[in-house]
Amino acid sequence: MATLELALEDEAGATPAGRRRRLGTLFWIAIGWMALVFAVAIFADLLPLPSPTDMDMLERRAPISAEHWLGTDGLGRDELSRLIYGARISLIVGLCAPVIGVTIGGALGMLAGYFRGRFESFVVGSMDVLLAFPPLILALAVTAYLGQSIFNLTCILGVLGIPAFMRVARAATLSLARREFVIAAQALGATHTRILLRELLPNVLLPLLAFFLLGVAVTIVVEGSLSFLGLGVPPPISSWGSMIGEGRESLDVAPQLAFIPAIAMFLTVLSFNLIGDTIRALTDPRQGAL
Amino acid sequence: MSGVLLSVEDAVVDLPTPRGNLRAVDHVDLAVDAGKTLGIVGESGCGKTMLSRTILQLLPKKAKLSGRVMFDGQDLLKLSPEKLRKLRGRSLAVVFQDPMTSLNPVLTIGTQLIETIQEHLELGLAQARQRSIELLAAVGIPAPEQRLAQYPHQLSGGMRQRVAIAVALSCEPQLLIADEPTTALDVTIQAQILDLLAREQQRRHMAMIIITHDLGVVAGRTDEVAVMYAGRVVERAPTPLLFKQMRMPYTEALLAALPKLDAAPHTPLPAISGRPPDQTRPLKGCSFSPRCRYAAGRCNTEKPSLRAEAPQHFYACFHPIAAGVDA
Repeated sequence: MATLELALEDEAGATPAGRRRRLGTLFWIAIGWMALVFAVAIFADLLPLPSPTDMDMLERRAPISAEHWLGTDGLGRDELSRLIYGARISLIVGLCAPVIGVTIGGALGMLAGYFRGRFESFVVGSMDVLLAFPPLILALAVTAYLGQSIFNLTCILGVLGIPAFMRVARAATLSLARREFVIAAQALGATHTRILLRELLPNVLLPLLAFFLLGVAVTIVVEGSLSFLGLGVPPPISSWGSMIGEGRESLDVAPQLAFIPAIAMFLTVLSFNLIGDTIRALTDPRQGAL
Repeated sequence: MSGVLLSVEDAVVDLPTPRGNLRAVDHVDLAVDAGKTLGIVGESGCGKTMLSRTILQLLPKKAKLSGRVMFDGQDLLKLSPEKLRKLRGRSLAVVFQDPMTSLNPVLTIGTQLIETIQEHLELGLAQARQRSIELLAAVGIPAPEQRLAQYPHQLSGGMRQRVAIAVALSCEPQLLIADEPTTALDVTIQAQILDLLAREQQRRHMAMIIITHDLGVVAGRTDEVAVMYAGRVVERAPTPLLFKQMRMPYTEALLAALPKLDAAPHTPLPAISGRPPDQTRPLKGCSFSPRCRYAAGRCNTEKPSLRAEAPQHFYACFHPIAAGVDA
């Protein structure tokens, strides 16, 4: 941001346009797609859609028509409606799980990076153990034991995300904690809590936010994989992963049943990645310049 | 207020490094009276910064410190962390070399100043804001009200250093440690910043320690100067006396290494040859002997101790520059 601001000061008059040009068209397309997905997911109940669970056995695997915009699935359920209600699940899980990861992982990482010593070794060691554990096996074991539900799914994916967030937060904190502004704060008698919350957290937040968006994208894919394997949300609730899984059975006669949710997931994940990358690129020069 | 505010007695700081123990501060004695200024001079890596961290009790965790650091009648080494923290907030402040890193890059000037003031002086937001504006004005920042909303990267280096000084002054310290406050600044700004520090010191009657590698910086602005080399104080004297009759060859060499305006063009600068010694491998004799043009005999086998010539003039050398000889 620093370089950006300085460049803008030099050429007065080109303020907002210059910033937008730098972000690029792709970024705004990604923002547009995200806005669309969020809007239909939030207002799904208000849209004039058929119920995603109403079956019409006479209209199984119907092609695209005025009545069913994206056709129907193997049980005669409206594909568009299932896609939109599925977006809800994907977004809820995709957003909530990284929130768990960023909160716990971010806090652990900052504490480890700031206090160092034995606490750091313990945190890093236990995160390495968690990383070494095969994630799908863990998810399988937990769902088998606790049962399938959106809540359980979110918790598992959240816990699996903790090590990565911990590492990002710790790396950022390590490089910042020896900076002179932290020592200056200590010299002015600031408490550890104050230094962590007021001096370090605002600095660590930027890389964490960028990583959070990438985490959302990864989580949506993992949730899709779990649902595809039948370990995700329980039927008849639709999620993009389970829709792809159900569509797999009729790939030869109605390939759109697998491809439509796959495309939706692809575009959403791509959008999250693009937005995350752009934010990271914007925050990186700032870190370098200062 | 008078009398000794800060005294460092026989301070030794050992830093464990992969190459062995590094003695960063070697049996240093110093004292600063209330309202006075002490200059600490020496080249890079001679322990100046470690000494300032010793006074602040902000040494790296692995460092081992022995000796005594007395501040206002209290031994800082014996205080509990909580008491130490409170004392630091009330009485000590520090200004660093690089204003790029000594301000938090993602908080506005206003946030950094106002929060510090609120914390230390227990004022309301409006009052703290008013005080911040006064402080910024006092350190010579034009349009202080607009500056409050700006981020450090929007200010120039000199402005940033002024803000850093304002933050340091905000808690009304009794002792301000300025660690190379002008090294990262343009020469044109250096004098302004030093004048600012001197003015604020006069007004607040606080003691100040200026750490620098530039004898020119301490010349007119300090009451006493301590020259450090390889972790030790090698010469200490009231400033006028030091410049009138320096005894230690290192001090002489430092002064000679200053560029002079009246020198003829293309005169080579008499730099000090060689490098400071590796402090993980201490020399048996005087640490400066390999680079000293007066070194002979004893210098290589025995460490000179700090001895007093005049009541206030101390130096550690076997072959001091003779009195009367022009430095």
